[in-house]
Amino acid sequence: MNPFSSGTRLRDMIRAIRACKTAAEERAVVRKECAAIRAAVSENDQDYRHRNLAKLMFIHMLGYPTHFGQMECLKLIASSGFPEKRIGYLGLMLLLDERQEVLMLVTNSLKQDLNHSNQYIVGLALCALGNICSAEMARDLAPEVERLLQFRDPNIRKKAALCSIRIIKKVPDLAENFISPAAALLKEKHHGVLITGVQLCTDLCKISTEALEYFRKRCTESLVKVLRDAVNSPYAPEYDIAGITDPFLHIRLLKLLRVLGQGDADASDCMNDILAQVATKTESNKNAGNAILYECVETIMSIEENSGLRVLAINILGRFLSNRDNNIRYVALNMLMKAVLVDAQAVQRHRATILECVKMIVLMSWKSLHGIGRARCSKNTSYNFIHTSPQQKHHSLLKVHFFNGKRPNNSEKHYKSHLEKYKDSDASIKKRALELVFLLVNDSNVKPLTKELIDYLEVSDQEFKGDLTAKICSIVEKFSPEKVWYIDQMLKVLTEAGNFVKDEVWHGLIVVISNASDLHGYTVRSLYRAFQISSEQEILVRVVVWCIGEYGEMLVNGIGMLDKEDPITVTESDAVDVVEIAIKRHTSDITTRAMCLVALLKLSSRFPSCSARIKEIINQHKGNLVLELQQRSIEFNSIIEKHQNIRSSLVERMPVLDEATYSGRRAGSLPTTVSTSKGASLNLPNGVAKPAAAPLVDLLDLSSDDTPAPSSSGGDFLQDLLGVDLALPSLSGTSQAPSSGADMLLDLLSIGTPPVQNNVSTADILSSGTDTKKPVVPLERLSSLSSPLPTQVSSAGASPVMDLLDGLTPNLSTPGDNGPVYPSTVAFQSSSLKIMFNFSKQPGNPQTTSIQATFTNMSSNAYTDFIFQAAVPKFVQLHLDPASSNTLPASGSGSVTQSLHVTNSQHGQKPLAMRIRIAYKVNGQDVLEQGQVNNFPAGL
Amino acid sequence: MGIRFILLVNKQGQTRLAQYYEYLTLEQRRALEGEIVRKCLARTEQQCSFVEHRNYKVVYRRYASLFFLVGVDNDENELAILEFIHLLVETMDRHFGNVCELDIMFHLEKAHFMLEEMVMNGCIVETSKQNILTPIQLMDKAS
Repeated sequence: MNPFSSGTRLRDMIRAIRACKTAAEERAVVRKECAAIRAAVSENDQDYRHRNLAKLMFIHMLGYPTHFGQMECLKLIASSGFPEKRIGYLGLMLLLDERQEVLMLVTNSLKQDLNHSNQYIVGLALCALGNICSAEMARDLAPEVERLLQFRDPNIRKKAALCSIRIIKKVPDLAENFISPAAALLKEKHHGVLITGVQLCTDLCKISTEALEYFRKRCTESLVKVLRDAVNSPYAPEYDIAGITDPFLHIRLLKLLRVLGQGDADASDCMNDILAQVATKTESNKNAGNAILYECVETIMSIEENSGLRVLAINILGRFLSNRDNNIRYVALNMLMKAVLVDAQAVQRHRATILECVKMIVLMSWKSLHGIGRARCSKNTSYNFIHTSPQQKHHSLLKVHFFNGKRPNNSEKHYKSHLEKYKDSDASIKKRALELVFLLVNDSNVKPLTKELIDYLEVSDQEFKGDLTAKICSIVEKFSPEKVWYIDQMLKVLTEAGNFVKDEVWHGLIVVISNASDLHGYTVRSLYRAFQISSEQEILVRVVVWCIGEYGEMLVNGIGMLDKEDPITVTESDAVDVVEIAIKRHTSDITTRAMCLVALLKLSSRFPSCSARIKEIINQHKGNLVLELQQRSIEFNSIIEKHQNIRSSLVERMPVLDEATYSGRRAGSLPTTVSTSKGASLNLPNGVAKPAAAPLVDLLDLSSDDTPAPSSSGGDFLQDLLGVDLALPSLSGTSQAPSSGADMLLDLLSIGTPPVQNNVSTADILSSGTDTKKPVVPLERLSSLSSPLPTQVSSAGASPVMDLLDGLTPNLSTPGDNGPVYPSTVAFQSSSLKIMFNFSKQPGNPQTTSIQATFTNMSSNAYTDFIFQAAVPKFVQLHLDPASSNTLPASGSGSVTQSLHVTNSQHGQKPLAMRIRIAYKVNGQDVLEQGQVNNFPAGL
Repeated sequence: MGIRFILLVNKQGQTRLAQYYEYLTLEQRRALEGEIVRKCLARTEQQCSFVEHRNYKVVYRRYASLFFLVGVDNDENELAILEFIHLLVETMDRHFGNVCELDIMFHLEKAHFMLEEMVMNGCIVETSKQNILTPIQLMDKAS
């Protein structure tokens, strides 16, 4: 028989579809069938209507459009036979939805069928109505449904109850009509009616507070009784699941009790006993029992507090956690996380037990390693969690292993096979468990917990390491009791999973190291050791290189030795070896290599004996294909060769980085004033006092978290310190000068302010560094920040000087001496265009600043259609006046000015920032330039 | 409303039965089925039976070559849904006698009738296998 003829049977069509090898073949079969069905529809074929609709449902399930069958459904529903009606209603529910106009036509048939003498037909109509009824139908048919709630056959009553839910959801106004019939359903014995009645009450409570009050007052006690009967009911084979009679009914009842008990002490009181009974008596060795326990726990945690019950609930969850079934663990973790939010204290009281369990989960692979977990963890379900139990002894056994720190002496192969087994243990469970550990950490348990987590890091699978690392880092940062511990833990993490550590975390580490002056030696030696073990972790290498660059001599001389340290002997050349290995590793990226170059420069002055070798290494990068590295190596080389006399002061240790500012920055808000620590100077061993310059924080603030608005200096650690900003050199508004030794120096030096009380000023270094041989810039002048400075260092050109000013301005504009006068800045400069900003403020209105922008054309072609646009963060208002002209003459022979008025609503809290865009035409061609202005003087 | 949809899918990811209790267009259904099936079928036995997808929680259980996927609201009791899937399978088993994929394919409408007796508008109506099957058996006798 040809399967594609119009007379195909349903079975044949399904076979034909199943036989299709490709999606295209399937489409062809379906197309033919649909054509046949359409033909049958237009011929008004009575005999096969029923079969055609069954086919359509199959086609619909496969995901093909079947709208042409909708009318057929209606015709079948209107026919008199039960089988036709049945398939018609099924089609109605599957093929139609409440949004279709056709549905209106069915209302009348539904009404007739709801009043039909055959109760099965009434059941069909109720079912269809319950699934697809629209608001209009709900209004029309609500009286019928209400009447059917009292129908003699319970099978109709249960369907009418669910149909009512649909109706009250569509038309909440009708809810009050259903309250007392719903309450009547709760007295039924038939499980189907009970379960749907309870469901109806629950939904009524959600919709109407009146219903909630009604059920709370009148039904709480009877519901408790229903639940008690259900719990104590004798064996009923029809409803029995794993020895429990109708767990679904239990669960619905517990849900309704939860709604009633929430926020009402009396109702909660009333249900305490039965909840305790369910929590203690329910069998927990089968899924059905656990489902009830789970629901019971949720109810206990939601109703008004009863500490005894809550202990019970948390105990159940603890037991769940140690269950071997992943599903049970999953719900337990979910619930505990909810519980922490509801009643943190109750959970905290059981923190120890919960932590043990969660650790078991997170540390699954460890458990398998020891091979003892499985035997112990088997069906041991009935023990009480709070008390000491064999299981806890097992935990402590586990601990012994942890604290020995080493893997057991099983063969490596054995170890791996176990690992494989647990590799694909559920990631979502581990993630949740970790999340929960994180919520439960506090000052007293942070140390042992971190230790175990770090131990686990070693064996966890790759996908999980990222999450785990982030969590460990955040725990360590948040709860660290002392700096040396923090540094130790971070080093461990870096050694184990350095590649997963986020930028802000290792920047934070460097800030802390920089501040812990008594630990510099210890840190650099630990890092040196760590590097010997795991040199493949990029981030670890960066920190190692930075610290060796800064504190290399402490590594060699063993300065600041702690008691717990083992002495090591490191020669100067060993230290240089580390940096050399790092820079030559081909997996190192530009950032790391650039850091290596800076470290080498620093070491060249600290280790004179290695100077020649360092020069050699630096020279090897002269031909580097990356412009930045090439430039650095050439510049550094010339410093080493030609500027011996100033080198040592050039590469002095970085000033201490300001922790408060850094953490404030990380928290996403800028400190109120950048210049916080004017007087706080730190005496370094070499006797040179350095200011603890707050703006340095900018150096460590990588642009990874740069929100455009608050960033006052666009300060990217690498951008500012190393200038490795390869992508957008013209946008930063800094460092535009041609590559020269001076440029590098300026970058290095744009980090601090010359301390007023110090006789070795940065400016001093600068002037000698650029070989201008000019007299030292008077400090008074610097601090008053007048413009003569550029003329003093004339050979360096304007832009590097602006660089210097960038670094200086925030500190110099102290409240005492700045007044309303602000220095003008180069807001933007490219090879073709330069924009100067002049600032003025009206007295008495500190929020508003008038900016006079001056545009100068540096190229040899005139610009036409010149348009300047600016954008500011939300807290700033900007008003742009028209420009003086839209044509910019060539070669700086004229300029255009434009006034901007900005109002900083967070004046004194957040600095100004601005994004600018300049569009113009050169020789008829459109040019677009854009950039960010971050170098506004402080206080605007 | 607890249950949002019920899907039966075979090992190859072909849908064998789909019942939605909320309105989705054909395209949305197809996309949703594709995503969920791909997600669930890729999971191993050690992993738990719950998958969060979009705003659903999908509870699934595998019986031989058939996957039963039930999409529920986030606050639904997942363990109870697992039990419900088992009840559905047991009911089908009682009717078809050792139910298999083909039984459901060739008797799609009967599978739907059973589901209709068990779930209405996303809520469980009846949990007694006898009560579920009575109307279906009556109809079989009549035809």
